[in-house]
Amino acid sequence: MRNAWAISQVVIKELYRRKDFYVLFVLTALLTLLMWSVNFFNDDKIARYLKEICLLLIWISALVIAIGTTARQIPAERENRTIFPLLAKPVSRSEFVVGKFLGCWLACGIALLVFYLFFAVISGAREQRWPWLSYFQAAWLQWQMLGVVVALVLLGSLVFTAPSSNATICFVSVMGILLLGRHLNTVALQLAEPSRSVIYAIYFAIPHLELFDVRDLLVHDWGLIPWTIWLLATLYGAAYTAFFLVAACVVFRRASLC
Amino acid sequence: MPSPLLVLALLLTICFSLAETLTLWRPTWGGRAAQSDSLLGVLLGDGRRLFANHFFVKADVYFHSGYYPSVFDAAAQPPTQHIAEDAGAARATDEPGHAAGAKEEDEDYLGPPKDWIDRFSRHFYPSRHTHLDQPGEAREILPWLRIAADLDPQRVETYTVAAFWLRSRLGKVDQAEQLLREGWRANPDSYEILFELGRVFLENRHDPARARNVWELALRKWQAQEGAKSKPNEFAREQIAGHLAVLEEREGHPERAIDYLEIVKRSSPNPAAVQKQIDDLKAAIHATRP
Repeated sequence: MRNAWAISQVVIKELYRRKDFYVLFVLTALLTLLMWSVNFFNDDKIARYLKEICLLLIWISALVIAIGTTARQIPAERENRTIFPLLAKPVSRSEFVVGKFLGCWLACGIALLVFYLFFAVISGAREQRWPWLSYFQAAWLQWQMLGVVVALVLLGSLVFTAPSSNATICFVSVMGILLLGRHLNTVALQLAEPSRSVIYAIYFAIPHLELFDVRDLLVHDWGLIPWTIWLLATLYGAAYTAFFLVAACVVFRRASLC
Repeated sequence: MPSPLLVLALLLTICFSLAETLTLWRPTWGGRAAQSDSLLGVLLGDGRRLFANHFFVKADVYFHSGYYPSVFDAAAQPPTQHIAEDAGAARATDEPGHAAGAKEEDEDYLGPPKDWIDRFSRHFYPSRHTHLDQPGEAREILPWLRIAADLDPQRVETYTVAAFWLRSRLGKVDQAEQLLREGWRANPDSYEILFELGRVFLENRHDPARARNVWELALRKWQAQEGAKSKPNEFAREQIAGHLAVLEEREGHPERAIDYLEIVKRSSPNPAAVQKQIDDLKAAIHATRP
């Protein structure tokens, strides 16, 4: 585990050396502040549209950071041939994969922390209140979702040859789940057999990433999610993360590095 | 090789001359940028109208605090736009208290959960029917209505609905009147905007003379536009004539009120009640005359 932790530290350092995060954060801040400056009927207490836009930008930025950072980890190590001295040390292939996962996931967590602090400042300045527990629940659930995405992209980077194709396929899949995942059962019920069973099977098999998207609750001040439900969602995310991570370890153990 | 400073000065002179030439030429150009005075108009052209409805619906989503059917749910059960209903821009449904903005906790487009994932997921998005009923909360729908009005200035409903919420729930009468006048400029033949403007004059400005003028104009506009149609917007005429009848009765002109009530009776869902009002007014006229 110490080896995995050491590898993860290198990945985190890479995040703050690269400019992706800074660019996305500045872009998010600029667009949010631009929307803040718009005057709607001389009412400076309107806040929900601002919260919605800010959270949308946070979600897009977090996904870009997670997929972009993870997709290039293993291919870059292979391309630079740094993977050989790394694995020549007493580091197993599984530790290497877990280390890469931990690094990307923690890096996403740090990025989310900064993004949500900005969100809290912006929404608090408008609404004059700070529901920190709701912010914590939303940020935590998004982080769990990013865990699933990071593990999925890590698996994809071992299956697909190019980082670009892996990133594109994963981005499309994740967006597809986020937009349609919740509605697949409704669609399935309107279809005839065997399409109904096929769609329902997909519905039950996919990781329901949209469960972790509680933006509407935050925007419209719906209050806290019951903590037991929050815990169950965390376990649900952890189960899918573990599944993709184990699959990545198995694939990497069998993969040829040359 | 000429001096770099000279080259720089020459380039600056060219830039300045071009800028001046283009500034003078721009107003005479028939292109999109010259015709539109908003950034959205320049960027999107007429395509922006496609998005206007989306933002109008978005205002309704906000009115329901995010509880709203998706396109998949709406295919089975089309949603009612309650912001329009409450504003009087559409006939209210039969549900009691609907037009008054009462809560409809029992209206449930989701139905019972279809499976365990569905049941579990309902904790993570708004899954209960509520309205923005707290004082001042309705302000949250305004940005989307403003954007919808900017995207499609010919969409009359946006102006009337936004003006209703501005003046009745937020006390912003000046902004409501300003928005309606803006809508009137973009839609000079709209009887709906004139009707709403009349309500501003009567209910907020307490100016019955101006209210009468714009409502009478609204009725004439209605007649000119809808009179020849096979399916005219009778709800709008009923509202205009109904308000005129109340105004005339209050101002001591019962004969005129009866004329307007006769118009209301033609399309009213309850003509017997309207007839009773007419009879009462006639009786009052006979009682006052020797």
